[in-house]
Amino acid sequence: MDVSEKIVSDFVANDVSFITTVPCKQLGGVIEAVEAHPAIYHIPANKEDEGMGLCAGAFMGGKRPAIIMQNTAIGVTINTLVTLTQFYRMPLPMLISYRGELGEPVACQVEMAVHTKALLAQLNIPTYHFHQEEDVEEFDKILKYTFMCNKPVAILTDASFWKGY
Amino acid sequence: MIRSELLRELAPVIADHLVVCNIGLPSQEMHMIDDRENNFYMLGTMGLASSIGLGLALAQDKKVVVIDGDGSVLTNLGTLPTIANNVADNYVLLIVDNGSYGSTGDQPTYAGMKTSLTEVARACGCENVVECSGADTPAAVEAALAGDKMTIIVSKVESGNVKVPVITRDPVSIRDRFMDAVKA
Repeated sequence: MDVSEKIVSDFVANDVSFITTVPCKQLGGVIEAVEAHPAIYHIPANKEDEGMGLCAGAFMGGKRPAIIMQNTAIGVTINTLVTLTQFYRMPLPMLISYRGELGEPVACQVEMAVHTKALLAQLNIPTYHFHQEEDVEEFDKILKYTFMCNKPVAILTDASFWKGY
Repeated sequence: MIRSELLRELAPVIADHLVVCNIGLPSQEMHMIDDRENNFYMLGTMGLASSIGLGLALAQDKKVVVIDGDGSVLTNLGTLPTIANNVADNYVLLIVDNGSYGSTGDQPTYAGMKTSLTEVARACGCENVVECSGADTPAAVEAALAGDKMTIIVSKVESGNVKVPVITRDPVSIRDRFMDAVKA
């Protein structure tokens, strides 16, 4: 089972059935696997805060949601994370492409990478960083933890984890 | 007719349905007029009422009415293509279009100038888009709820506000009460 299939199979095993995505080259494989899985309703969003609104509604409707996005989206979604997801205490696994790390070809991505962990820490968002392929073994536990504590939780996945981008 | 007058007339039509109320005055007015456990009040997060409502409608079968505003839809204009391409026939989006940002002091929006949200919604691919006056809106919402077709209603009303208290209920309590109503 490749990493993308493992991630999607953990989503399904944890009853995550509503996933919104904003595209990223690094996350292309996992987004394709989400789209292909019959147990998941995949709803692409035009912007990540819109996606978090969709997830909030789906959660209140009885489904377990998740969002897949780039770390640049942290800049877009701070208000939504604070005033919707955290204020109403809702769970949200955020599978995040950690662009701007080792192997990054695009200099501008580094500008957001240097702020990513600091912003997540400032927001008191539990944050996990997948760097080696075997780090994916924790994904199942992270999902259980997210739906136990009803918080947004960040899983940063860098280019080394994805073996390039 | 202004929004609060419209909401008073609309309240009996939507009383038995799940209602997502936009941030600011729409939430505060619905809370004052007819506070119900099946109302979800947004206390923050400008723009996302239509998205929250769509996620809710896609996740379960009960009918969902979103009371949104023109300013809020303009803030999150990307919502309309998402709605058009993810059809939920239990979803009614009511855009109370008073051409102004009511909650911040009635500053004009572009929807009150050259931009028609009705035409924008149609161009985004929404199939049932109704534009009507405030007076005709309760009947339009009733017809949409009876029709089992995803519908966007653009209700043209006048700008203006009444004095209304802020909502002091805790957000987790609002959400928990609402989720019980969803499951009931």
